[in-house]
Amino acid sequence: MKQKYERPTIRKMNTGLMNKFGTRTDFDPVETIDGVQVKSLVAEYGSPVFVLSEKQIRRNYQAAVRSFKTRYPKVQFAWSYKTNYLNAVCRVFHQEGSWAEVVSGFEYHKALGNGVAGNQIIFNGPDKKEADLTLAVENHSLIHIDHYDELYLLIDICKRINKTAKVAIRVNFDTGVYPIWDRFGFNYENGQAWAAINKIITAENLELVGLHCHIGTFMLSTAAYSVAATKLCDLAMRCKMELQNPVQYLDLGGGFPSTNTLKGAYLPGVDTVPSVEDFAEAITNTILNFGFAADELPLLILESGRVLIDDAGYLVGSVLANKRLSDGRRATILDFGINILFTSNWYDHKISVAKEAGQYTEETVLFGPLCMNIDVVRESITLPLLERGDQVVVHKVGAYNMTQWMQFINMRPAVVLIDMQGKSHQIRKPETLAYLEMMEEIPEYLK
Amino acid sequence: MKLKANIATSENGFIFNPATGDSFTSNAIAAEILGYMKSGGSEEEIKKKILENYDVEPNQFERDWDDYMLQLKEANLLDL
Repeated sequence: MKQKYERPTIRKMNTGLMNKFGTRTDFDPVETIDGVQVKSLVAEYGSPVFVLSEKQIRRNYQAAVRSFKTRYPKVQFAWSYKTNYLNAVCRVFHQEGSWAEVVSGFEYHKALGNGVAGNQIIFNGPDKKEADLTLAVENHSLIHIDHYDELYLLIDICKRINKTAKVAIRVNFDTGVYPIWDRFGFNYENGQAWAAINKIITAENLELVGLHCHIGTFMLSTAAYSVAATKLCDLAMRCKMELQNPVQYLDLGGGFPSTNTLKGAYLPGVDTVPSVEDFAEAITNTILNFGFAADELPLLILESGRVLIDDAGYLVGSVLANKRLSDGRRATILDFGINILFTSNWYDHKISVAKEAGQYTEETVLFGPLCMNIDVVRESITLPLLERGDQVVVHKVGAYNMTQWMQFINMRPAVVLIDMQGKSHQIRKPETLAYLEMMEEIPEYLK
Repeated sequence: MKLKANIATSENGFIFNPATGDSFTSNAIAAEILGYMKSGGSEEEIKKKILENYDVEPNQFERDWDDYMLQLKEANLLDL
């Protein structure tokens, strides 16, 4: 019986101060995802492959809803389509009771296709086409106005089709977190938001039903949400007292972080990121203490995306090659890179091996497969010794990767959902050359 | 491929270069190869022993051997 092989390697020992926080190497292999063998997923769907856990999605959703509903009487979540708009994913959220939050015409149509009632679709964003707005008015969707041009366009549309639109305005403000996202919506401090509200109130065919904000993304401060909630509550109270138009809801948007570790962060995300409970406490305390009568408390809407799905997503890939760089550093080339793992631009993703490995580790650079120098998955990571063909599992990739991925040099891979019973389903096929060329046309003279 | 004469190694993979003060750790197979090298084994003999004792394809080991020699060279442990 021959001994288990591991390639020979040495590591220089450095003297100096120890890192008092320590950095643990994740030796533990991830051989299964929700009970399904990683090896069998690759055999069935190829490598790389995105894998989503339905169990974890539902767990995240239910925990987030519980965090808010145990603190505030009227809460509604609306699934942020741009975070992951694969229909199977959206339908899991809608089954759980989530509305849809969309930011483009095609997302709006996707929500309708997924069976969401028109009046449960929130239409956000600066780019709403006239035809999409018209449809949204007819469907009684909640239209969150981003700028004056949109406001006037909406007034025109409503006049033309003789319908009333249910609208809110997106408000931006200084919450103590910079830069302020003032490119979206109307500013609170300079009075623009109040002016827009007055304009809506005086418009015949617009009904102001809510107020909306979205103060940032991957927010690490709960205090910013308290400030945001205070300012929205102030506007809501003025709508009631000065304009006799109480709003039905306050939409605090999204922006809650997942537990990924941001690049440059000293400590891992799991140790530093506030929980949904912390955000819920900050937001609901502010609204409850603002002075609304108990029976006039507005509905609280949340548009969370990332925090509900990031840790439900995995990317399984394989080692293409090992090499040594000119400065002696180890480099490992993987079959996925920034083309499909867009979030490697923001995070130091946790990456595990997919089979039992030795305890000896080495520091390596992880490169993707693209013929581009920028295709770096991790600039430095300590991993057990990998060989060509070995599988790795990237954690917490459920948010944004399956919407922001690029078809560049390589095709986009399959996406698989593991259901509540541990059965895997392909929810997006891997792309093919035929799919890619489907949209191309060749002029006659080049045929 | 010879180790420098003054390099000290231990069975459990500790390597010390008294000329520079550098010390290294190595995994089990790296330590085993170092042991063969110290006792004067030729490249062919060492490769043969490893291929006999370990579950590895010759091509794979050939690649890893070259990388290992590069590491030893980078670490200034080889007598070139």
